[in-house]
Amino acid sequence: MNIIVFLRMVPDVVEELKISANGKALDEDWLRFKLSESDEHSLEQAIIMKERYGGRVTVAGLESPELDDSLYYSLAKGADNAVRIAGEWNEYRSPAIAEVFAGFLKSKGLINSDTVILSGSQAIDDLEGEMIFYLSDILDVPCQSVITAVNYESAQNSVKVMKEFAGGLRGEYELMLPTVIGIQAAENPPRYIPIAKIRNIMKTSVIEEFDFPDDNLTKGIVVEKLMEPESSGMAEMLEGSPEAVCSKIVDILHEHGLI
Amino acid sequence: MKNGILVIAEQLKGNIADITFEMLGIGRKLADTLGIPLFAAVIGNNVNQLGKELSIADKVFVIDDTKLEMADPYVTADIIKVLYEQKEASLILIGGTNLSSGVGAILSRKMGLKYINFCKGLSIEGNSITATSQLFGGKIYSEIKLDEPAAIISIYPGSFQQAEGKSTKPANIEVMDLQISEGKCKFNKYIEPEAGDIDITKEKILVSVGRGIENSDNIGMAEELIEILGGAVCASRPVIDQGWMGLSRQVGKSGMTVKPKLYLALGISGAPEHTEGMKDSELIISINKDPAAPIFNISHYGVCADLQDIVPALIDEVKSRK
Repeated sequence: MNIIVFLRMVPDVVEELKISANGKALDEDWLRFKLSESDEHSLEQAIIMKERYGGRVTVAGLESPELDDSLYYSLAKGADNAVRIAGEWNEYRSPAIAEVFAGFLKSKGLINSDTVILSGSQAIDDLEGEMIFYLSDILDVPCQSVITAVNYESAQNSVKVMKEFAGGLRGEYELMLPTVIGIQAAENPPRYIPIAKIRNIMKTSVIEEFDFPDDNLTKGIVVEKLMEPESSGMAEMLEGSPEAVCSKIVDILHEHGLI
Repeated sequence: MKNGILVIAEQLKGNIADITFEMLGIGRKLADTLGIPLFAAVIGNNVNQLGKELSIADKVFVIDDTKLEMADPYVTADIIKVLYEQKEASLILIGGTNLSSGVGAILSRKMGLKYINFCKGLSIEGNSITATSQLFGGKIYSEIKLDEPAAIISIYPGSFQQAEGKSTKPANIEVMDLQISEGKCKFNKYIEPEAGDIDITKEKILVSVGRGIENSDNIGMAEELIEILGGAVCASRPVIDQGWMGLSRQVGKSGMTVKPKLYLALGISGAPEHTEGMKDSELIISINKDPAAPIFNISHYGVCADLQDIVPALIDEVKSRK
């Protein structure tokens, strides 16, 4: 099986997010980037599938801060090849990103009858929707998203995937290869990789660089402004020592007849 | 000139989803302000009887076919494209949910329309519409101005009032017999929720743990607290994805929607996917060390502190005063 994983880096929302002076983008001086959570699960699912069915895992991502760390992490996990798509990509959103990924796949001849493309169902900055569906439409291949399990059916050369609906209800779909799958969560939690293993990979492995011209990529919708959400001011903040705060919480629980 | 707002109703196993009424409510407001009609479409298998619930729309289109049971998003998008063109709609509202995932992006590619995701607010000035979307887990909002009402907008659940999308008047229904395209993927079967040891939707008190719990050992603190309070421990998605708790304990978009008398959120940031499932709890108390955590915006009381400092003290306090 030829498994491709597209990784995207997103701002770490645990950190403070500041808006740039023009009011239309995040101030990158303040940003720390991390691997999009559902992409980390896509990587894990790819490794699970490689272990289960054999084949080769290629991971690729658009050049951005901290991308190389994620690519080395992917290699340490068991990916066979890691590719950095060189360029300045921070102004592009999902329709254009899909065009770049499709261009990469076509240039490298990676779309075959045994290809499964995995990426996160949705990223926290997908203002124009899910990249995976733009990609599948460009490639004219089937796609499903919010997937939590992928099983290969060799007799049909298809995958059976499990999609989450709502309220715990899920459904099974079948897609012929080649296909694009949007992973919500891998079948198992992402495995732990010791730092020493990643450092060793950094010494012994090389990240491949791929150049893709950014001419004629879809221009996204124009954002008038970014803003911090207005606090509804709903929460009354309880302050003081842990004991004082807990005394207030228990007072509230008493008032509501909860204890 | 094309005009009309088209709401794509969402239904699951024959029940209209709440997001549908949210979309109809804001759609009705926009349509009345712009002086254009509001259309609704329900697409699926065995959905003929659902059209009457959408009567706040000026016209309801019903597309019912056995091939449309949990249809491929490509098939759904093809139907919406036909409706949009035949009925001369201009703005399409779809649910920002797992069920509608992919439909907006596919339509955008097929129709060359702008697609705005994560929308939480819509306002009108003259003929232009401003859409406000949340990004980065709800920490930042963006504003996009549409000079004309022609776009696909995905509405984030919980953003608008459901009551404003309901009406008791009779529905004006048109059952449409459309050619259903062959999908690119096949729906095989439903997989019902695994029976959990407990039904968290029926509990009056829930102590919910999020990523801030840091490791599975710390869940013991929440379990000790719930033993004293009565109720159940539940969790946000990252905790479930780590395998620290079963799926039956998940609260949020893909999991359960709960409305307990007390929802005590420990180390939960308040990502929209989670708050969608608990925002209507009667009393929400949140403990998080990030003062900017969005959970505080929907909580009644908040504590900005490390839960590992607070929870043991809370266990002692409850024990001493119970």
